[in-house]
Amino acid sequence: MDSLFTPNRHRGKLIVVEGIDGSGKSTQISLLSRWLRSSGFAVAFSEWNSSPLVHDTTRRGKRKEMFTPTTFSLIHATDFADRTERYILPLVRAGAIVCADRYAYTAFARDVARGVDPQWVRNLYSFAIRPNIAFYFKTPLEVALSRILGGRDALKYYESGMDLGISGNVEESFRVFQGRILAEYEAMSAEMGFQVIDATQSIEDQQRQMRAIVLKSLGRSLKTSVLRAPVPSTAGETS
Amino acid sequence: MAITSGKLILPKPLEPYAEALPGVDTTNLSGKLIVIEGPDAVGRSTQVAKLRHWLEQEGHAVLDTGMARSALAGKGIARAKDGNTLGPVTMTLYYVTDFADRIENEIVPALRAGFVVITDRYIFSIMARAIARGEDPQWIERVCGFGLVPHAVYYLRTKVKDLVSRVVIGRGAFDYWESGMDCHFGDDMYESFVKYQTRIIRALDRMANRYGFIDIDAGKPPEAIFLELQRRITSLQLTKVNGTAAKAAVRSSL
Repeated sequence: MDSLFTPNRHRGKLIVVEGIDGSGKSTQISLLSRWLRSSGFAVAFSEWNSSPLVHDTTRRGKRKEMFTPTTFSLIHATDFADRTERYILPLVRAGAIVCADRYAYTAFARDVARGVDPQWVRNLYSFAIRPNIAFYFKTPLEVALSRILGGRDALKYYESGMDLGISGNVEESFRVFQGRILAEYEAMSAEMGFQVIDATQSIEDQQRQMRAIVLKSLGRSLKTSVLRAPVPSTAGETS
Repeated sequence: MAITSGKLILPKPLEPYAEALPGVDTTNLSGKLIVIEGPDAVGRSTQVAKLRHWLEQEGHAVLDTGMARSALAGKGIARAKDGNTLGPVTMTLYYVTDFADRIENEIVPALRAGFVVITDRYIFSIMARAIARGEDPQWIERVCGFGLVPHAVYYLRTKVKDLVSRVVIGRGAFDYWESGMDCHFGDDMYESFVKYQTRIIRALDRMANRYGFIDIDAGKPPEAIFLELQRRITSLQLTKVNGTAAKAAVRSSL
């Protein structure tokens, strides 16, 4: 794990959430970032697959089903590189707490589930800043599937792993593919030093545990190095 | 994985340098893969055009390809370069995406059908640009490890001062990206061009031994370079294929 990413030697912090679709991670990181912001910290948010430079290419590739496991992996790494270079790195250097909904681990799980070489994809992301905390929302497959298959829109081609020819049935393909991704997350959990959250608990319980972990592992730097919103009436504040 | 100095023990032509592309069958490829490498403005595309014409006259089916020409990423790269926010790692990976798409969807199917594939630049230019911009040589070499070993890499070797005169006389102006202005190697485009292209040439020179490039002196007249390339390519003993049949085979394999 030591040489996997670039160490974060900057003032700011990086907190990421990981887990399969339907694990509830987006809800939790959103709650956490709002809590940090209302506590006065400079907080930024970065979502997987959201670079404006890469967006059109990804969308077109998905719509026309042009991706292979390798190009799917590479375009997401390109997207990630853009967010790292233009957004995450400068903000962490400036002292912000950057909260990321999915990080390189998503590629390690998803791309490997597609057949990409695990060491190749780890090297691909070695320019990424190492997160200060990586939460993993551990969810039994059936729980996650019932959350996803219940209400949402139709399953998409690549998120269901339809490109792999697992099954002609989208829902069946989605089950198998999510199962493979889950197995990859479970296999890397110890290697990556994930903070594991039992995602079958109530939203409130999960959030309480996350906040406790944040305070415990970042407590000192929250007082000293992390950038805060200027508060005019506060005297003697440390930098 | 070895580092980017010292000679590599190369796999056989058309085998990957390192990890194979998942889900891509690269066995039984009967074509030939020929790479023309060299820095910007050295005259590669002139030679590629001449070679294509000559090989087709000789009865070979030819695919010529080059950077940023993929159906997947070509337009995205052009758009990203029009803006002012394209970072070095992002640019590198965009080009690798483009290369992977061309390998999987153009180059491998053409090789399967027995084409002679001539590519204007290959992984070496992607790596040289990344290294010139300060990225880790081992990182980018490993990222590009799925590339297939060509039958020959012809390296148009030159000095930066000759590139400067080619650009000034031939094009009349320096190009923003060819000058590495995104990294501001110098105060103006000339100074930045010289420093950036010096780094590119240094990176390519280091790869020459490692990857077994065949040196071609780019200072010679274009016609003499072409004759040398013809002579060298003839010695590769390309098998003639029926162009029409081969093209039909490529279509059916796509």
